[in-house]
Amino acid sequence: MVLFAGIMIYAASDLPYRGDPDNLMHAEESITGTTVMGNYFIKNAYRDARTPNMVTVVLGDYRSIDTFGEQVVIYTAGLITLLVLRRSRRRSE
Amino acid sequence: MRDQFQSPIVLLGARLLSPYIMVFGWYVIFHGHYSPGGGFQGGALLAASLLLIRVAGGSKLAELQIQEFATTPLAVIGVVIYFATGLVAMIMGGYFLDYAQLPIPGMEADWLRYTGILIIEVGIGLAVMAILVMIYDNMARGEDYG
Repeated sequence: MVLFAGIMIYAASDLPYRGDPDNLMHAEESITGTTVMGNYFIKNAYRDARTPNMVTVVLGDYRSIDTFGEQVVIYTAGLITLLVLRRSRRRSE
Repeated sequence: MRDQFQSPIVLLGARLLSPYIMVFGWYVIFHGHYSPGGGFQGGALLAASLLLIRVAGGSKLAELQIQEFATTPLAVIGVVIYFATGLVAMIMGGYFLDYAQLPIPGMEADWLRYTGILIIEVGIGLAVMAILVMIYDNMARGEDYG
């Protein structure tokens, strides 16, 4: 356990600083040559949706189908509690 | 719940706290454009305010707030608000969930996206609130029959 924690701390010491503009995730192009989408979101979120909170724009607009999937997951979980926990009533009758 | 333990102090505390938690939940949903928050968090807060009354006051008192059969339709309405927003945008000629195509007159594309995000956040909040209350109701009711 201590060894594992030591390995994790050693690995975390090599992470880049937060907010450093020279980080790889803030570059226009990734190492493999594809464009980084986060750059577009940061630049155009306010222009596209007039919303200062960038996270809301990404969650509700750019990635809205993912959010819809999350909502359906929660809805399915609720329906499963309905099916599983209500079943004992029918058995006792 | 079978063995009801009535305590006026707990009930009074819950009655004092519950409306403020509910107002804060609506604030988190509708202020999600400007501050951290959104549908999921606000819905969880609304459910917390309802569950506080349910835990403290029992099912008799909770029937006055949201009845047990009403939670499943509310969850369906929440999901349908989200899906219908996307479907209307698709019917009006855009992509699925492309809010710029929503048929609200007199608004530019960016303000339409603003409104679309608000509509789906309300849908998410409604669904999350109804489902958390539904889970609690099912657990309490399943305990009675088990």
